[in-house]
Amino acid sequence: MDNEILMTIVKVVIILAVFSALAGFTTYIERKVLAFMQRRLGPMHVGPYGLLQIAADGIKLFTKEDFIPQFANKPIFMIAPVITAATAFIAMTAVPFVPGVIVSDINVGVLFVLGAMASGLYGPLLAGMAQANKWGLLGGARTAIQLLSYEIITGLSLLAPIMLVGSLSLIDMNNYQAGGVSHWMMWTQPVAFILFLIAGFAETNRTPFDLLEHEAEVVAGYATEYSGMRWGMFFIGEYANLFTISFLAAIIFMGGFNDLWFIPGAIAIILKVMFLIFFFLWTRAAWPHVRPDQLMWLCWKVLLPIALVNVVITGLVAMV
Amino acid sequence: MSFQELKYRNIGEINYKKIEIKAYPKSGWEAFKQVMNRTFSVELFKGLGIVFGRMNEALFKDKMHTVQYPIEQLPISPRYRAVHKLLGLLESGTNRCIGCGLCEKICISNCIKMDTVYDKNQRKEVVEYSINLGRCIFCGYCAEVCPELAIVHGGRYENASEQRAHFVLVDDLLTPIDQLKNQVEFDGFGAVSPDADKKIKKTPLAY
Repeated sequence: MDNEILMTIVKVVIILAVFSALAGFTTYIERKVLAFMQRRLGPMHVGPYGLLQIAADGIKLFTKEDFIPQFANKPIFMIAPVITAATAFIAMTAVPFVPGVIVSDINVGVLFVLGAMASGLYGPLLAGMAQANKWGLLGGARTAIQLLSYEIITGLSLLAPIMLVGSLSLIDMNNYQAGGVSHWMMWTQPVAFILFLIAGFAETNRTPFDLLEHEAEVVAGYATEYSGMRWGMFFIGEYANLFTISFLAAIIFMGGFNDLWFIPGAIAIILKVMFLIFFFLWTRAAWPHVRPDQLMWLCWKVLLPIALVNVVITGLVAMV
Repeated sequence: MSFQELKYRNIGEINYKKIEIKAYPKSGWEAFKQVMNRTFSVELFKGLGIVFGRMNEALFKDKMHTVQYPIEQLPISPRYRAVHKLLGLLESGTNRCIGCGLCEKICISNCIKMDTVYDKNQRKEVVEYSINLGRCIFCGYCAEVCPELAIVHGGRYENASEQRAHFVLVDDLLTPIDQLKNQVEFDGFGAVSPDADKKIKKTPLAY
């Protein structure tokens, strides 16, 4: 029993360390990819090809003054970034990253991951409302409408695969697609896959829908008054969410960690996640923002009906 | 080149691509059709393709725009005139200036200061000469008025500095003695004649 607890703690520490580091590294990759797509070089001066830029940014974030505005609600202001980072990592506990690496295989894995990620919306929301800044308030309001609305799309789009698999465990989802590429869920559930990706963009606050801290409109949105490591925690949480969504998409729709031709499963899923992350960065370079009203229109008038119809059709097909 | 061509030579009107803006949808049905068109003609993916092509060009076809400035510099036009240069005498490397004081007089921002004394042969000698580049407006009058072409404008444009004192260092402006053979001469009254090399000889010390 003690051994099991120890193993769990070791796994937790490793996952926490790896994904915190990856979150920092993804900022570097993001800057590089965006730069290449605009024919620039990106960070070049710190270390070879700017590789140590992460270290420089980290040192900067850690040594920056931790500033709390005069009229802010101090305890809430201080705890809000922790909520974002913590919920992002809590959501990872039920995600099987590579075969055998899962903190706890609970039988309601999907539900737990979605629930933990959804509670992360309290981070930006409380941050926006606690900081006594109008831009922050606007950012917080946008968080509420955006994350709350797209939570529904995520849930409904995942409902159809869950109905097919008959289990909420992510490992069962993975095993369902064990027969190779033709058994991937994205072929039987293409609509759900696209809906899940769209909702994933909105939930991780990525470009077509990054209205929460859209500089041109609301300065920095909910993060306006934040500095130093509190600001950093928001972004570690955001990038951790990005990884969680990518892993979810890879596991539920793209065959998970099953062996792919000659590629072993562990490497296959990492490749899939890398492609999805690249896709997230790619769209940031190519696609424009939408307005908040367009975001709401898209969610409630387009995606929600499609998701419902998809669930109904899946149910009919499953019954017959 | 005809007059019309000459007149419009800098206007790239020929290369402009005019964007076609279609009429805005008037009814709800037209708006719906527009959305459907845009959704199913995969415009978003065309955008992704273009951006990916740009990345490919930048990484593998040597079309990166970035110039890493202090390491690599873009060539500037030979007609560019920036920070002053004090030309040296080809023979001795000392300043070609004869201390006439015209540049000091004509300088409209009062940034040239010179101090002259008579040496023991009653020849004028420039003991101190400074151009305050922090005040200079680069009008070019000093270079124009100089009878000896001793002061000219060169191509150096990096004159940022941490201290104001650095703006007046005459040693930076005067051609160093080992660079004399690379010294670029400018045409004009007082310029060194093209056959100067043949005419040059040691100044006799005794008359």
